[in-house]
Amino acid sequence: MLFALVRLSLACACAATFCVFPARGEQLSFAQVERGRYLAAAGDCEACHTAPGGKPFAGGRAIPTPFGTIYSANITPDRTTGIGAWSDDQFYRALHQGISADGSYLYPAFPYPWYTKVTREDADALEAFLSSLDPVANSPPPNQLAWPLNERVVMKGWNELFFHEGTFKPDDQKSPEWNRGAYLVEGLGHCGACHTPTNVLGASEKQSALRGGKLQDWYAPNLTADVRSGLGNWSVDDIVAFLKTGRNSRTVAYGPMSEVVTFSTSKLKDDDLKAIATYLKDVPSGAGEHKDDQTQPDSKVLTVGKALYVDNCSGCHQAEGQGVPAMFPRLQGDSAVQDRDPTTIARLILNGAHAATTDARPTQVSMPAFKWKLSDQQIADLATYIRNAWGNSAPPVSAPKVGDVRHSTAPDSAQERGETR
Amino acid sequence: MATKLPAVDALLVGFGWTGALMGQELTDAGLNVLALERGGWRDTTTDFATTFIQDELRYYYRHELFQEPARETLTFRNSANETALPMRQLGSFLPGTGVGGAGIHWNGQNWRFLPSDFVARSHNSDRYGAAAIPQDMTIQDWGITYDDLEPYYDKWEYLCGISGKAGNIRGQIQPGGNPFEGPRDRDYPNPPMAMTYGPTLFAEAARDIGLKPFPAPSANMSRAYTNPLGVQLGPCTYCGFCEKFGCGNYSKASPQTTILPVLLRKKNFTLKTECEVVKINLDSDGKRAVSVTYVDTQGEEYEQPADLIVLSAFVLHNVHLLLLSGIGTPYDPNTGAGTLGKNYAYQIVSSVDVFYDDKILNPFIGAGALGTVVDEFNGDNFDHTNLGFVGGGYIACWNTNGRPIETHLVPDGTPKWGSKWKKAVVQNYLRSMSISTHGAVMSHRGNHLDLDPTYRDFLGRPLMRMTFDYTDNEHKMSDFLTGKAEEIARAMKPREIRSNPRKGHYDITPYQTTHNTGGAIMGSNPGESVINRYLQHWDVSNLFVMGSSAFPQNPGYNPTGTVAALALWSAHAIRTQYLKSPGPLVQA
Repeated sequence: MLFALVRLSLACACAATFCVFPARGEQLSFAQVERGRYLAAAGDCEACHTAPGGKPFAGGRAIPTPFGTIYSANITPDRTTGIGAWSDDQFYRALHQGISADGSYLYPAFPYPWYTKVTREDADALEAFLSSLDPVANSPPPNQLAWPLNERVVMKGWNELFFHEGTFKPDDQKSPEWNRGAYLVEGLGHCGACHTPTNVLGASEKQSALRGGKLQDWYAPNLTADVRSGLGNWSVDDIVAFLKTGRNSRTVAYGPMSEVVTFSTSKLKDDDLKAIATYLKDVPSGAGEHKDDQTQPDSKVLTVGKALYVDNCSGCHQAEGQGVPAMFPRLQGDSAVQDRDPTTIARLILNGAHAATTDARPTQVSMPAFKWKLSDQQIADLATYIRNAWGNSAPPVSAPKVGDVRHSTAPDSAQERGETR
Repeated sequence: MATKLPAVDALLVGFGWTGALMGQELTDAGLNVLALERGGWRDTTTDFATTFIQDELRYYYRHELFQEPARETLTFRNSANETALPMRQLGSFLPGTGVGGAGIHWNGQNWRFLPSDFVARSHNSDRYGAAAIPQDMTIQDWGITYDDLEPYYDKWEYLCGISGKAGNIRGQIQPGGNPFEGPRDRDYPNPPMAMTYGPTLFAEAARDIGLKPFPAPSANMSRAYTNPLGVQLGPCTYCGFCEKFGCGNYSKASPQTTILPVLLRKKNFTLKTECEVVKINLDSDGKRAVSVTYVDTQGEEYEQPADLIVLSAFVLHNVHLLLLSGIGTPYDPNTGAGTLGKNYAYQIVSSVDVFYDDKILNPFIGAGALGTVVDEFNGDNFDHTNLGFVGGGYIACWNTNGRPIETHLVPDGTPKWGSKWKKAVVQNYLRSMSISTHGAVMSHRGNHLDLDPTYRDFLGRPLMRMTFDYTDNEHKMSDFLTGKAEEIARAMKPREIRSNPRKGHYDITPYQTTHNTGGAIMGSNPGESVINRYLQHWDVSNLFVMGSSAFPQNPGYNPTGTVAALALWSAHAIRTQYLKSPGPLVQA
């Protein structure tokens, strides 16, 4: 760290020779920077603001949205391509109101609808940390959005409709732990950005907070108390272990959540993870609670699905779907498996997935892809079986649905067959 | 002209089991470590997925995970009066290549050697008289004892999650384990594998004739396991695709499933793949290794300096590289002078097939180290008086696989092809099993490794030449073991048995085992060994040579457990002695 501060003062000295006003005070408080580093982890800033293979925080990562591709900004202190020329107030305004230094409106791919809850004090610490980084000259590519969304001013109207500005206000009726959890979940953690359903204009439906959402052809699971598709059966310890290590006795983090664990939650203190878990365990499942009222799937489908399961899945997930703790997810009782939306289970079988790796759980555990081995119908039958075996219950999956997911998530499959030469 | 690179603290040549172990130990000691691996990157996720790994044609018969002889091979002859010829396809042994080395495609049969194995010459002379050891049998003591290695065997077994049953805990014989093993500090970390029918019948028959069968120690997991580094292994599925294959279920201990997830996260560790080390460079007085020269896939040459160099390639490559680098004095079988290339040894194996009419054995439910074993006839566990040989081996019923191309036992007299052969396969596939004997090979004056005078590799370097044959000692010993295996087979009351003794000269073409040993042997003085008891080169003290090339002769067990324990023992000496005061750890 001392190193970084020395480098920073050199950088400031150089900058000072070229411009009259240094960007900020040249004395950065160690405590402030370290606090900011922690908050940047809590906000998962690095994941989105780093391009694959690029320098951390230098931006340029493509963020696919239903409206087009947005490229993340360079948030290193480079004065021309990054945020080195921003004032403290401008930085806070971006977080709090979603307005850039030049006064233009930011798109909510930058989660200011959540970051608005962040206190000024925390925002300043975040900024101190970011300004301690090495400046990186990198201009992200222009966003690829269709008119009229490519006009940033459109977001003014969007904000008026959907954006609720305001710093987090603790609930006096709840414990300090609950409030800390709420602050992290609803603020920097921006969990709802993925886990809350969105309307056609991409705004989160506040009344359905954390009841699960769709993004990038993944279904981000329900985090409410729903016992089938939510966290109803998870203990506080289950949640803490999952966020800390990427694994627990039930499942592992994969897909976009794998990245969240790697860059963010695995770096949080146990107290904060426990606070997050305490808050999540108190989120009601609401009217959308999973009901076991579906028609029973065709028994022939279940017979075929079971045979496919035994041949292809039971080696890891075990004969009764019990899995191997912290390694191969338990399918029996799993929330992603039983979600009404089968997108996640379909794409997992099609494309496989990598589990998050952390210092606590360093093994790179992966599920292989089956798209080259199994047809849409076979995957549909298999998924239907898994969703209705061992006490599970969820609507059947159709072959056309699997076909849709196959099409929308098609990477190169040569590597999946092990064709490395 | 080689591009000279910045120096590193420690350099590993080859990145299989010993490379991974040394990498983990030396980075823990705070060194900046670079590993150079001639082959490519391999991992469970990308290379061994369950969706495609169980492919006999691709992996065994087309050798996807093995060294390619077109790139690197050796020449072979049975004796000095023959002209050696290049091995143009793999047969008798299957060296690996790529990250993980042969640690990827081993069966997982994991053993400790017997206490008497480490003192083979003195023990046999003491018990049977010096005359019991033939004049040309060049066996030696190792310079270490079983007790020296015990803590490192233990560390290795817990790292790998070995499944098994202890036979001797601190001198207390444990029922159900191997009563002949050396005393161990504690039991294995995992219970034995669930036993299938064939090995169960073998154990019952062995017990009936007064032997003490036990479940084999296995690096296939009998249950999910998290090792002391926090790396996880999954429970074995008994799919029967271990040897010659990678494991897609994370169920077989390999560098990938035990060490690499932790090692590759370290900032002071770097791995470069597809970089083949072609020479170790010494300083002007030949006492210190200063760098290695390696080539990448484009043929570009680099010089990589390092303070400490560890040869952690396969036995044959370690010896070849020492020969090519001119480090040490090549062994001369005529005079007995020199040590480099001396005491090359192998394994001698035989089998007895057992055929039932009334028992369905389901051989396809298998695992590489799933089996039961008797150890009464290994090492010096039995009286050799008047037997006319030294050494022994274990007798086991392994249920490694029922793979359709490789495994279809047929009785004596069955044609090798055609409808009668097919009928016999159908009749016997589910009803047959094999008992194998796994015998020691004592070192012999004529068996050695040197550089071939004629044949060269793709870089123009002389190939290594292997001169090897079984001697009377091996044949007598193997015939003795085969006879014992037949006794057990008959006690199993089958319809018939078929004995497959090892006859005649060593033949390099049919697959036997990849248990090549010797050539850079360890010992207690530089006159008779290449490396000292800490695997440190006698002449070049910053060079350490890992692997079974250190074995002065080859005992009757699979070598991996001892190779690993030696590496950990050496690493401990480097960490606690060498790094504090670099130089020879044993005065010559």
